[in-house]
This record gives sequence, C-alpha cells and structure tokens, in this order.
Amino acid sequence: MTSFIEPYAEHAGEWLPLLLEAMGNTALLSISGFALSLAFGLLLAACRNSRWRALQRAVALYVVAVRGVPLLAILFLLYFGLPGIGVTLDAFTAAVLGLALAFAAQVAELFRAGLMAVPAGQREAALSVGFTPYQSFTLIVLPQVVRISLAPLIVTFVSLLKDSSLASLITVDELVLTGRAMATEYFLPLQIYVAVGLCYFLIAWPFSLLSKRLAPRASR
Amino acid sequence: MNPLLSVTGLTKSYGAVEVLKGIDFDVAPGEKIALIGPSGSGKSTCLRCLNFLEKPSAGEVRLDGERIGVRHDRPMNDRQLAPQRAEMGMVFQLFNLWPHLSVTENVAIAARKVRGLPAKEARELALEMLAKVHMTHRADASPLELSGGQQQRVAIARALAQKPKLMLFDEPTSALDPELVHEVLKVMEELALEGRTMIIVTHEIAFARDIADRVLFLDGGRIVEEGPARELILTPREPRTQAFLRQIRH
Ligand SMILES: Nc1ncnc2c1ncn2[C@@H]1O[C@H](COP(=O)(O)OP(=O)(O)OP(=O)(O)O)[C@@H](O)[C@H]1O
Ligand SMILES: [Mg+2]
Repeated sequence: MTSFIEPYAEHAGEWLPLLLEAMGNTALLSISGFALSLAFGLLLAACRNSRWRALQRAVALYVVAVRGVPLLAILFLLYFGLPGIGVTLDAFTAAVLGLALAFAAQVAELFRAGLMAVPAGQREAALSVGFTPYQSFTLIVLPQVVRISLAPLIVTFVSLLKDSSLASLITVDELVLTGRAMATEYFLPLQIYVAVGLCYFLIAWPFSLLSKRLAPRASR
Repeated sequence: MNPLLSVTGLTKSYGAVEVLKGIDFDVAPGEKIALIGPSGSGKSTCLRCLNFLEKPSAGEVRLDGERIGVRHDRPMNDRQLAPQRAEMGMVFQLFNLWPHLSVTENVAIAARKVRGLPAKEARELALEMLAKVHMTHRADASPLELSGGQQQRVAIARALAQKPKLMLFDEPTSALDPELVHEVLKVMEELALEGRTMIIVTHEIAFARDIADRVLFLDGGRIVEEGPARELILTPREPRTQAFLRQIRH
C-alpha cells in the first residue's frame, strides 16, 4: 500500500501543476463544446418545430445520423478528414466542434421534450391576456422548458465531459493525453491514471449532485 | 344602444368537418349571456373564435364596432392580434395559471408587459383584483399550492386585470370538485352584479337561469334557440332544448 501512495508524495510538486493545467483544458473544452451544443441544439429544436416539412425532416435525419456515428469518427473526420477538402482546423477547435455537433442532437431532443411537456393551455392563456407570440414564448413557455430540462441537461454535460477524453486522440492537450505523456515519463501508469480519473471525478461530482437535487423538483 | 359585441355568420371547420355552421348574436354592454348545449356542440370553439384563439373559417366578430382579426381585408397574425385579445378576458376550464410565477405575478405580469404599467402599480392592481376574488391571503403563494377553486379565482383576477371590455368563461367550474364550485360561482355572481359584460359557457343551469340575461342553446354548431334566461330554461320551445334540459337535470 505504501508503495502505491509513495510516488504521489514524491512527485506531487511536478504532477500537480501538469494535472491542474490539463484539468483546465478539459474544463474549457467541455464548457465550450457544451455551450455551442446548447446554441446549436436550440436551433435544431426550433427547426424541428418549424412549419417547413423539409426542414423538420432534415433535422430528424441529422439527429438519427449523429446518434448512429461514434464521436471518435466525427472527431477524426473533422481533424484528419476536412483538410482533404482544404479546411484545416486546429485540434482544439475540431474537438469543440465535434463535441457540439454530437451533443447538439441530444440537447435538441431534451428541448423538444421540454417544449412538449408544457401544456398548450399555457401559451393560450398567454396569448389571451394580450402577449405577442414572442412574449408568450420568452415569458411563459421558455422558463418552464428550462426548468424541466435543467436536470437532464446537467447529466448531458457530465457525459460530454467524460467523452471529451476522446479529444486526446486528435492531440488535444487534455487530461488523458497529459496523463499518457506523464505515464511514459515517470513509468507510474497506475498512480497517474488514478489521478487522472480523480480529476474527472472532481469536475463532474458537483454537477451530478446538482442534477440529483434538481431532478425530484422537476418531475413533481 | 349599439351592441358591444356583434357576431355574424361565424363558421369554423376543421378539415371537412364543419363545427360551427353560421352563428349570429349580439351582446349589449353589461349583458350576461349563457352559452349552453350538449358536449361537442361547439360552445368552446365559438368562444375561442371570439378572441381568435381559433381562427374562424368565415364570418365577422366586432368588438365596439372594431373588426377582430381582420385589417384591410387581410387576416391578422398573432402579433397583430395581441392588443385586440387584451380587450377580452378569458377564463379557461383548466385555469391555465402559469406555475413558474407567484399568484400576484400571474395577475400583474400582463399589466406590466402589455400595458406598460410600472412594477409597483401593476402589483397594486394585482392585489386589488385578488381582493375582488377573495384571494389576497394567498398573494405570495405558488399556483401549485392552491385548490382548484382558488386557482380558478386567481385566473379570474388575471383576466380582470386586463380591464377587459368583455369576459369570456369556458366552463369555469367543470374541472372542480363539487364542493369548490360554489366559491367560483359566487365570485362570478359578484362580477355580474358589477354590471360586467360576460359570456359564460356552462353546464350549471341554475346559475345560468339566475345570473344570465339571455341564454343561447347551441346544438350541432348552430344556435337552436335563444331567449331570456328564465323563460328559455323553464319553458323551452324547441324539442332539442327540452331534451337537453331534461337530461342535464338528472
Ligand atoms: N382542434 C380540433 N380539431 C378537430 N376537431 C375539433 C378541434 N377542436 C374541436 N373539435 C371538434 O369540434 C366539435 C366541437 O367542439 P367544442 O370543444 O367546441 O365542443 P363543446 O361544445 O365545447 O363541448 P364540451 O361541452 O365537451 O366542452 C367537437 O366535435 C370536437 O371534436
Ligand atoms: Mg368545451
């Protein structure tokens, strides 16, 4: 047991800064990817509810397609594939974009479920008091959709955070890639990957707690 | 006196099904109209066509002479309709209070956002309207904490806060437990005594008889019979009205 713990004491000074920096990169990657997937997902949900059949179909197709393709394939396509048609993205941008494209489909479905969970009478009452359609949506419908979707959105963020580790395979300096470099340097893969896992857990844990606290309220 | 509301040739179809087949009636200022009829006869549809929550297929609705839902011969969209809808207060069968807002906020929000009242005045107005429906004591509650009867009274206060020219009620007591019906009917009676103009879709025949000036009996998308409330309810002329009233009494 001591032989497992000893290296941490010995290397703390070197490892901590490396891991903290990688944690920051993972957090930045995940938050950027999630923010973009929120915007993109909202757009998809809006298209799905639009009057144009073709647009509805296109979005439905996109959602099905993205669900059937592994994230890693999307990342490889963006990073290694796109240069083939003259579009070169740096690794971080490709990773953010890939995460956003993949998770936007889930986010769109969450928003759609949230929209459908708000009874039609809510909007009718809003129109009847003299609200415009825009006011009815922003003042009455959207706050309820947000309330309903918040807990599942946080769960989605946590799974995006974990999937962001795949970005290591297109050379983004996040936690896993940093861990791999450290493991090669120090020959202590057990201790290092345990530390890497702990770093993910430290980011994810507060969000998991939050979603658990929100969930019973949302379903009441 | 000019009618406050005037409805002519109102028709509504869903696809091939004609639900309203040409409805005509006028409502004088201060008049109380009860709209009765069997389930599926088109009462809700008729009421919802008045403020264009449903778009009529044909016909005219005029409030104070102003054509609702049509401007320069073109149909208005929901944004253009908003100010016209604000002139009519609507009370729904299922209350439709907004659960993310407090009771007071439910009543005050339209005053701020539609009429542009400052927050303080809107709140005062809301409390005044809540007093009318005897709900001041729950002003800070969430609608989710209220009984059905209380929710419906708050919904009435919300509609009153619009300072509407006309109140529309769509079976306001049908979703309530029997012991809660009375408190809502009492509030509506008080409004009637204030001289408000009201159109009430209801199955409460005794209430219609005592409160309404005039009753319209709707069946199969047409007004089959209309007349002074007591007369129509106590001595209906049309066989269909007679059959309906006999059935509803049992
Ligand atoms: N959105 C719709 N699409 C198709 N048909 C509809 C729609 N809304 C109402 N209808 C039909 O129109 C007819 C009249 O409905 P409406 O709700 O106006 O009746 P009602 O008199 O209010 O009945 P109830 O007493 O049950 O409330 C019914 O046959 C109903 O099925
Ligand atoms: Mg009805």
